[in-house]
Amino acid sequence: MNPALLGLITIVLGVGGCIGYFWLSNLLLDTVIFPPRGPNAGRNINRANAIRPWLFLAPALLALGLYLAYPVVATFWLSLNDRVAGGGSEFVGLDNYVQMFGESKFREAILNNMMWLVVVPAASTAFGLIAAQLTDRISWGNIAKSLIFMPMAISFVGASVIWKLIYDARPPGTDQIGVLNALWVAFGGEPQQWLTIPGWNNLLLMIVLIWIQTGFAMVILGAALRGIPEETVEAAIVDGASPWTIFFRIKVPQIMPTIVVVWTTITLVVLKVFDIVLAMTNGQWETQVLANYMYDKLFRSFDWGVGSAAAMIIMLLVSPILIWNVYSANKEMR
Amino acid sequence: MDNIAGTRSSLQWAVHISVAVLVALWLFPTVGLFVSSFRTGDQISSSGWWQALSTQESQLPAIRIEGEEVPADGAFTIEGRLIAGDTTVSAWGASSRAPKAYAPGETVDIGDGQTLTVAEDSSFFLTSPDTTEGTRLPRVFLTASSPPEFTFDNYRNVLFSGTAAAGIGKAFINTLTVSIPATVIPILIAAFAAYALAWMEFPGRALLIAAIVGLLVVPLQLALIPLLQLHNNIGIGKGYLGVWMAHTGFGLPLAIYLLRNYMVGLPRDIIENAKVDGASDFQIFTKIILPLSFPALASFAIFQFLWTWNDLLVAIVFLGADDDSLVLTGRLVNLMGSRGGDWEILATSAFISIAVPLLVFFTMQRYLVRGLLAGSVK
Repeated sequence: MNPALLGLITIVLGVGGCIGYFWLSNLLLDTVIFPPRGPNAGRNINRANAIRPWLFLAPALLALGLYLAYPVVATFWLSLNDRVAGGGSEFVGLDNYVQMFGESKFREAILNNMMWLVVVPAASTAFGLIAAQLTDRISWGNIAKSLIFMPMAISFVGASVIWKLIYDARPPGTDQIGVLNALWVAFGGEPQQWLTIPGWNNLLLMIVLIWIQTGFAMVILGAALRGIPEETVEAAIVDGASPWTIFFRIKVPQIMPTIVVVWTTITLVVLKVFDIVLAMTNGQWETQVLANYMYDKLFRSFDWGVGSAAAMIIMLLVSPILIWNVYSANKEMR
Repeated sequence: MDNIAGTRSSLQWAVHISVAVLVALWLFPTVGLFVSSFRTGDQISSSGWWQALSTQESQLPAIRIEGEEVPADGAFTIEGRLIAGDTTVSAWGASSRAPKAYAPGETVDIGDGQTLTVAEDSSFFLTSPDTTEGTRLPRVFLTASSPPEFTFDNYRNVLFSGTAAAGIGKAFINTLTVSIPATVIPILIAAFAAYALAWMEFPGRALLIAAIVGLLVVPLQLALIPLLQLHNNIGIGKGYLGVWMAHTGFGLPLAIYLLRNYMVGLPRDIIENAKVDGASDFQIFTKIILPLSFPALASFAIFQFLWTWNDLLVAIVFLGADDDSLVLTGRLVNLMGSRGGDWEILATSAFISIAVPLLVFFTMQRYLVRGLLAGSVK
């Protein structure tokens, strides 16, 4: 069957099924199981009301449990096992982790990931803050904002194609079609295969993600800047503070909590970054990162044990943020 | 006072200029791809896209003269044109060491008593004292300048022609088939759950909300193998159903979180009045909460659509990486590997893949921003 048609049928069935489930289960609850009639009417209404929330939640809980909570446990279990020839698997304890830490590619991935974790959130937040402050008070600020924000809508793979054109290299003596090499040659250099130069290539890959994430940081920080009470800024102006002082001493401290949120959000994106590295270098020339290493292990060498162990490392790196988020959400609700 | 006003306005100028520079920097890469997708392969590989609007000079490969020999005045002449089309010759030469030695129209002695003239329109005139029969005719090196030229051929090729298409048209349909159900289904499930978490009293509610905030950041990398095993065990295997379910599962935490935060903010009076008037929870949800939550529903829908359209990992793992089932992002990665040099195909395909998200982005930016501000934790 044509997949597009299949998709349409699924939408109708899925949506209809959802509505049908919610409607029918409600009807069943109210008219058959606990009807608000007869001698126990009052008790029945209370019982029905106690059950109803779980009816509403059931599909979501099922999906969350099956697609997010269960895999965490299952992946942990997989990381402690090795597949044996002829099917089945055996418990090997921490062997997979030991093997993984012994691999130079893994150590390279960890090291690179640490660099990504420092550079990308810092640069995106800084650029975003600058862009937010600059576009705040000018007439065409909104247009400028939406143009800087635009890369957010572009896929990581699309962005990789865009930037690969910028880093492209042609043989010496011919016209360069990549901007970077064109500038480099104009200043008297020899054209370089930038993506194959260890050290620089990592930075060039990071630039792609910074380009994407700056718009996000700008939008959130821009809203926070707007939310700063006018009086604090006015008081500073009256006291004769320079624009720089106002920005760094008055505005930035007041939006610090938002900066932290932006920083952690981008950190999460960085930890999962995979598409950019896969599309541009595929981890060659010392650009490996954790997520791509994991993909290599899982789907190229079919080593599920080590692959799952790498996934657990990503989970471990995410957990401080997870705990912090849960903690602050709880605090907010009280 | 004048003094202050003076620094104010110069600062204002500095702000305008810095914003303009910033915008230009951020726009430059995308514009490059866009312009390149309208140039021919030769143009892309011979000059940078920023030169697309100026007249281009390019060194053509050597052309060997051919034509009918005509005897005249004790000598032999050959006349003809070297290249067809409206290219203009800006310089030419008779040896590879000096390919730009002569100007068009110049008559030059090229050895053995032969003389050659190449005009601006690439027509040539060769005279030789002896017959050229049986000898190799000389080669000519041309530097041609062509006016700016843009073409839709790349799009026609990539979308409709069989060979060069590289399956982009098919991949486009696949991507659409993945992303639309994967956007619609989670919204409905999440809306009911969000209503329960926002407006219904039951034990364990706070715990559930905390769990959902926690699940927001769980990396989906962890889910790949266990879910693939699960799909195989229950008989779904690799296919659209699996992708839709995976995207639904991964999108739910954000959906519930966004919608709950929005619904909690709705005025309590409306809901309590409805309850007093005898409306059931189901009626309150469908008749009051859903219509009022439209902005939140819209912002989640945009998020989820952009995410599913742009996703690579979930699609190649749960749908497969063979030719029939690749989505646009997967196809692009393959093209980058196999046709890394064919920029006209790569640029055009990439632009086709980002055109839909860009359209959604520019038409519904308002909702996207609102959603980001409400749920900046994912």
